[in-house]
Amino acid sequence: MTDKKDFVDIRHAQKSYGNLEVLKDISLTVERGQIVAIIGPSGSGKSTLLRAINDLDPLTKGEIWLDGVQVNKKLPHRQYEKHINEMRQQIGMVFQHFNLFPHMTARDNVSMAPKMLKGLSKEAADKLAEEQLDKVGMLERIDYYPSQLSGGQKQRVAIARALAMHPKLMLFDEATSALDPELVDEVNQVMKKLAEEDMTMIIVTHEMDFAASVCDRVLFMDQGVVVEEGPPEVLFKNPSKARTREFLGKHLGATK
Amino acid sequence: MDIDLMLKVYPFFLEAAGLTILLSILTAILGLFCGILGVAARLSRFAFIRFLGAAYVSVFRGTPALIQLFILYFGGPQIGIQLDAFEAGVIGLGVNAGAYMTETIRGAIISIDKGQREAARTLGLSNWQAMYKIILPQAARLMVRPLGVNLNMLIKATALVAAISVIELTYTAQRYIGSTYKPFEMFLLAGVLYMIIIYVVGRGVTWLDRKVQIT
Ligand SMILES: Nc1ncnc2c1ncn2[C@@H]1O[C@H](COP(=O)(O)OP(=O)(O)O)[C@@H](O)[C@H]1O
Ligand SMILES: [Mg+2]
Repeated sequence: MTDKKDFVDIRHAQKSYGNLEVLKDISLTVERGQIVAIIGPSGSGKSTLLRAINDLDPLTKGEIWLDGVQVNKKLPHRQYEKHINEMRQQIGMVFQHFNLFPHMTARDNVSMAPKMLKGLSKEAADKLAEEQLDKVGMLERIDYYPSQLSGGQKQRVAIARALAMHPKLMLFDEATSALDPELVDEVNQVMKKLAEEDMTMIIVTHEMDFAASVCDRVLFMDQGVVVEEGPPEVLFKNPSKARTREFLGKHLGATK
Repeated sequence: MDIDLMLKVYPFFLEAAGLTILLSILTAILGLFCGILGVAARLSRFAFIRFLGAAYVSVFRGTPALIQLFILYFGGPQIGIQLDAFEAGVIGLGVNAGAYMTETIRGAIISIDKGQREAARTLGLSNWQAMYKIILPQAARLMVRPLGVNLNMLIKATALVAAISVIELTYTAQRYIGSTYKPFEMFLLAGVLYMIIIYVVGRGVTWLDRKVQIT
């Protein structure tokens, strides 16, 4: 294993739940600063793949590498826990249902992990929370609890929470799917801003327009395999596989 | 109804109620301690320890508390455990209450959305950090009411130790019946005192439950 690894390097990822093979030998690389969208029908394994990257859903077989380090290294339990906690600090994740901590204000949601894991002082952590919440346009609501925020605001706080760890890679699992249509744009704007700052991102999404406008590459997944991938202008306008065309036929139609 | 008699004996009942309260407090503390241990066992990553936790809960919830007390107090000396009645009462009831509290605490913990743990782990928190910083503060708020129910049951269960001659409320009532032949008045007096204790505790639980809710 001395060959050069890409920034994100997923090698022969395979995942089964009992007899159900959810990921079938997926290999995928992402360069630093690249933005990759994963699209595909429900149940095709998009979330499973994304959640394998930070080992939230461990692979059955295969390797995940980030910046030259294997994320899912085989180690004895204690060592593995230490290793994976360090790796996860470098990988931000944004969930469909936000998963904000309801017993903490926006400020504490954002500053908790840096304080706890990076030993930031209260002042430094506060300043960090202010910066990150400002970045997502939520500074005014810094002392609000999640229950006092709209869906779009919650998701922006969740993004700030992930960014506060200064991750090398951001994973988005249908970050706007649970939002009312009028709230989608404010979250998309934040993601666009991150894209402009050259954050490396892997985005699972149902929004083809958004994928087309921010992504360098789009992957179409179906039944646990990557059916087709390419730059958005090719994949959306000129897909080569029948399955891709069929899926896009339904979805491009539906969103327009 | 012999009100005069009730007024005459009630100071002795008050004293006995004091012992019932002390018994309840000690039992609750031991119960909570056993409950926390029980939950830690039930959520362990080692199957054998999980089994021990589950066995603890099924044994102590699956047999009458009175039998547990009898085994401890009357059967204990046979296997070298010498306890006086009060000690046996506290330990017997406490370990029993702990089995119920184990399930209460565990119920609150597993009812927290799994996305909470995932979000915490994703940030890089360890399993334990996620537990005490994210899961427990939320679960604790959900536990107050059901633990209040456990507490209510536990206070009433202290009446059982009358059967091993601890001079608490119920035993005192029985003793005065022996000399007065007025079971209605004596048990009524004991019942009223139990109700006052339980009412006050219930109000406390309600107050605490309100106080800990997230705004
Ligand atoms: N914990 C699980 N146990 C069993 N099957 C699962 C589990 N999680 C996901 N699956 C199955 O894996 C497949 C892929 O799921 P998922 O990755 O969530 O798809 P997507 O995100 O593309 O909708 C689905 O068939 C789903 O039912
Ligand atoms: Mg999904």
